[in-house]
Amino acid sequence: MFSREVLRIDAAKVADGIEQAIRDQVLVHLKRRGAVVGMSGGIDSSVVATLCRRALGPEKVLGLLMPERDSSGDSLRLGQALADHLGIRREVEDVAPALEGLGCYARQLEAIRTAVPEYGEGWRCKLSLPSLLEGERLSITTLTVADPSGRQRRVRLPAAGYLQLVAATNFKQRVRKMMEYYHADRLAYAVAGTPNLLEYDQGFFVKQGDGAADFKPIAHLYKTQVYALAEHLGVPAEIRGRPPTTDTFSLAQSQEEFYFSLPHREMDLCLWAHDHAVAPAEAGAVLGLRAEQVERVYRDIEAKRRVARYLHAQPLLAGETGGG
Amino acid sequence: MQVQERVKRFIVENFYVADPEELTADTSLLTGGYVDSTGMLEVVQFLEEEYRLEVADQEMVPANLETIARIAAFVARKAGAPPGA
Repeated sequence: MFSREVLRIDAAKVADGIEQAIRDQVLVHLKRRGAVVGMSGGIDSSVVATLCRRALGPEKVLGLLMPERDSSGDSLRLGQALADHLGIRREVEDVAPALEGLGCYARQLEAIRTAVPEYGEGWRCKLSLPSLLEGERLSITTLTVADPSGRQRRVRLPAAGYLQLVAATNFKQRVRKMMEYYHADRLAYAVAGTPNLLEYDQGFFVKQGDGAADFKPIAHLYKTQVYALAEHLGVPAEIRGRPPTTDTFSLAQSQEEFYFSLPHREMDLCLWAHDHAVAPAEAGAVLGLRAEQVERVYRDIEAKRRVARYLHAQPLLAGETGGG
Repeated sequence: MQVQERVKRFIVENFYVADPEELTADTSLLTGGYVDSTGMLEVVQFLEEEYRLEVADQEMVPANLETIARIAAFVARKAGAPPGA
């Protein structure tokens, strides 16, 4: 019987299991001495940092805070506060100069100007998807720009401009991961990945960016369950109460407008219902949605899984290597 | 060239279609795995440039764009001509 209770977990038991897995994976299997965690001040990285600290001890966890030009000040403040709360070492690595050097911002600007030639100093932007609940729309991303006075408008980028904007923005996740591996190599640590099940399953990550890691301790947990774990682990209320954001574009952007079609609680339940063959009408009755709205979300889940196949794919070999 | 033929050629030339014979006028481009949402942005841009029309955001719906037949009918409606023209 489908209900909101299907995602309920015994948080203490789940935390114990993950902590044991982290010890086995990092120390025994990977033979590394500790863990590096990129901390964004968000719920997922906060839970992963806390689990690593509990599994390995505070002296074997390094928290990295990696702001860039478009990061919210809250991300750095909350990340630092959590690292101090956990008693782990933390380092701030401003990745803006690296991104500048790679042309991330200039390439973003060039891409945006394919649709908004006047875009420049003082303007801000974000990408968003149409709401699946409002009607049967294709998941085609549009760009929202705000001029220096704050006036917003939405435009559709040409395909090449859209792809360039995404590609340039992906430098952010990839540079951060490069920095995590610098510290991991320096300390003989492993790099922790922070995706939850929703992100991992639906491909909400950058390949070789935040998708890269040596271990991913919460990739099997729905976001709702990550929140339950956060409460059990004593993650500060300000982090638990913060709306999930991408913290990637200069305009504030929620995860559901960028990628997921519903707020995470409902999205989690829809994913569970989809995977357990719950009829759209039955799922809709629990979620307060019409059956056709749930059907749309189901189709979107499948479409995102098709896209995620490439993101998950390991490098392909053309023959046997013999070494196993 | 008929709209259906032209659209099919665009898809076959720009996306991976193992066997063009399998891509019929009624094949779903999205659920069939031929075109993803970014690819659909390219299809829309192609239609706008090839047929000198503007596709509004609210027109980007499966009823207009899910199959080659629907795309052709949509182009025909936008051009004010009968389907298949």
